[in-house]
Amino acid sequence: MIAAQRFDRRGGKLLIVGSDGSMRRAPRTELANLFTPGDLVVANDAATLPASLKGTHVASGAPMEIRLAGWIRLGDPTRFVAVAFGAGDWRTRTEDRPLPPPFAARDRLALGPLHAIIDDVLDHSRLVALRFLGGRDAIVAGLARHGRPIQYAHLPSPLALWDVWTRIAAAPIAFEAPSAGYALDRAMLAAWRERGVGFATLSHAAGLSSTGDSALDRRLPLDEAYRIPARTAAAIARAKAEERRVVAIGTSVVRALEAAADASGVVGAGDGVARGRIARGTSLRVVDALLTGAHQPGESHFELLRAFADDSTLDRMSAAFIAGDFRGHEFGDSALIARAARSSVDRNRYALASAATVE
Amino acid sequence: MRSENDFEGLRVAITGGTSGLGLALTRLFARSGARVAFVARTAAAVERTAQEIGAHGIVGDVGRKDDIYPIALQILTHLGGPDVLVNNASSLGPVPLALLSDTECEDLEQALAVNVLGAFRLTRALFGALAASARDGRGAVVVNISSDAAVAAYPRWGAYGASKAALRHLTAIWDKEEKDDGVRFLSLDPGDMDTPLHALASPETDPSTLKPPEDAAAEIAEAIRASLRHGREAFRPVGSRA
Repeated sequence: MIAAQRFDRRGGKLLIVGSDGSMRRAPRTELANLFTPGDLVVANDAATLPASLKGTHVASGAPMEIRLAGWIRLGDPTRFVAVAFGAGDWRTRTEDRPLPPPFAARDRLALGPLHAIIDDVLDHSRLVALRFLGGRDAIVAGLARHGRPIQYAHLPSPLALWDVWTRIAAAPIAFEAPSAGYALDRAMLAAWRERGVGFATLSHAAGLSSTGDSALDRRLPLDEAYRIPARTAAAIARAKAEERRVVAIGTSVVRALEAAADASGVVGAGDGVARGRIARGTSLRVVDALLTGAHQPGESHFELLRAFADDSTLDRMSAAFIAGDFRGHEFGDSALIARAARSSVDRNRYALASAATVE
Repeated sequence: MRSENDFEGLRVAITGGTSGLGLALTRLFARSGARVAFVARTAAAVERTAQEIGAHGIVGDVGRKDDIYPIALQILTHLGGPDVLVNNASSLGPVPLALLSDTECEDLEQALAVNVLGAFRLTRALFGALAASARDGRGAVVVNISSDAAVAAYPRWGAYGASKAALRHLTAIWDKEEKDDGVRFLSLDPGDMDTPLHALASPETDPSTLKPPEDAAAEIAEAIRASLRHGREAFRPVGSRA
């Protein structure tokens, strides 16, 4: 399927899944009216790096593509975890891409104006620790000029940075767009502000969603660095103390907040790394509801939804996406999923826009 | 008398930073303790200015759509996000200046591309960071450099004047739209200055009769200081304690 290249701001659809498993459809613009005063919306303000770099393996002269996939140290642009691809580009499905030429630690890569050295081949033959040579400023300028946003074969034409930066993009640390944030615009933030709905941000370095290699894909998401401002941690503590809901815009926000939370659900400010997966059985300590894309079973983001809702609810959600002709890619439609109630008390506290109460 | 360091820690991005008013602003903010990233088209001039002032130089042309996000990415990476953006880079349109009936469409397009679209695009690309700065209580100000030609109808200044009039109005509207969220927009007319741009437009003028750009830069810095102070006091995010 060829997907739309642009985010559909006016015509986008939203499926609202309540904490009681109820579902209803709405125009996505209704997000502006959904939350109640005191609720806190938390979004990922990461701007997306042009993390796809074309070039050659110097020793063999063979063409390669490098996709930057993780920070070795957040904010240090000299060293990255990266995935190597062979010749070609995003127009070929990642599964069908030729393998990169054989390479080893200490091999050099020429990536446009950038020169890099493979510091280490990690625990998969295509996963490397990469070091750019030269000064930081020249490296960032080279990335800015030569890099392209990572994208996949379902899109018809090349993406530019303006296609992948959300309206709240501020910290250039993500390797793929935190695409749930496409749904936010200034008018929506103003509407929330007007109604007393809180808004806070964190920065989470969202990584690759697919590599085309089944062994590597099973390991996704890779470790992802995040930064939580003190102001955001304080806003979450306040919302929790007042028994308000914390709404995460995107799975990256869920990963960051749940990684930063201690056993009692207190979110610490500062830098951290989200490791491992959130999946069925993960106890969510912070996030009460999640805005995400219309993911289907088998996609990496879908497994995370099992922490929010049981299998039968997610089955009905998938069916509702199909019945409602929801678009499943990053520029597609959205779902707002409330964490399933754990008890009757919880159900009352966190009931989110259930079909019964809203319609 | 003000301390030299009273902009300590402020993050400032300035376009057109290697000559005239932009250079004076880059010098002033760097000397006052701010962290400055400036943008200009010519690599050699950027390097020279960066070395002389100790500010971070970025090579790019704000009149080119494809340059905007690479510029924004470098500003964000270097500064961690600007608190202040000064859209100073300007194009006169036709040089020598021409009557509108003699102005090539391409020259009008160039004036609009730099003075209106360039300022709009760069501000849009950096807006997420500016709004984040406001939410953090640091304040956020966008200064768009204007001209008396934005208001008065001077013959032969058609391309420049029309583009600066559009920028001035855009600034006024944007300020109304965003001030509740703590991002302020200022349109500032620095007056007729002794700059390379003015010499291009009006080579017959005796430079000694013109304002030194350093004086205009000091006035603009004062306006930014006042706006930041006002913005920080007026803006209180939802849910914060008074």
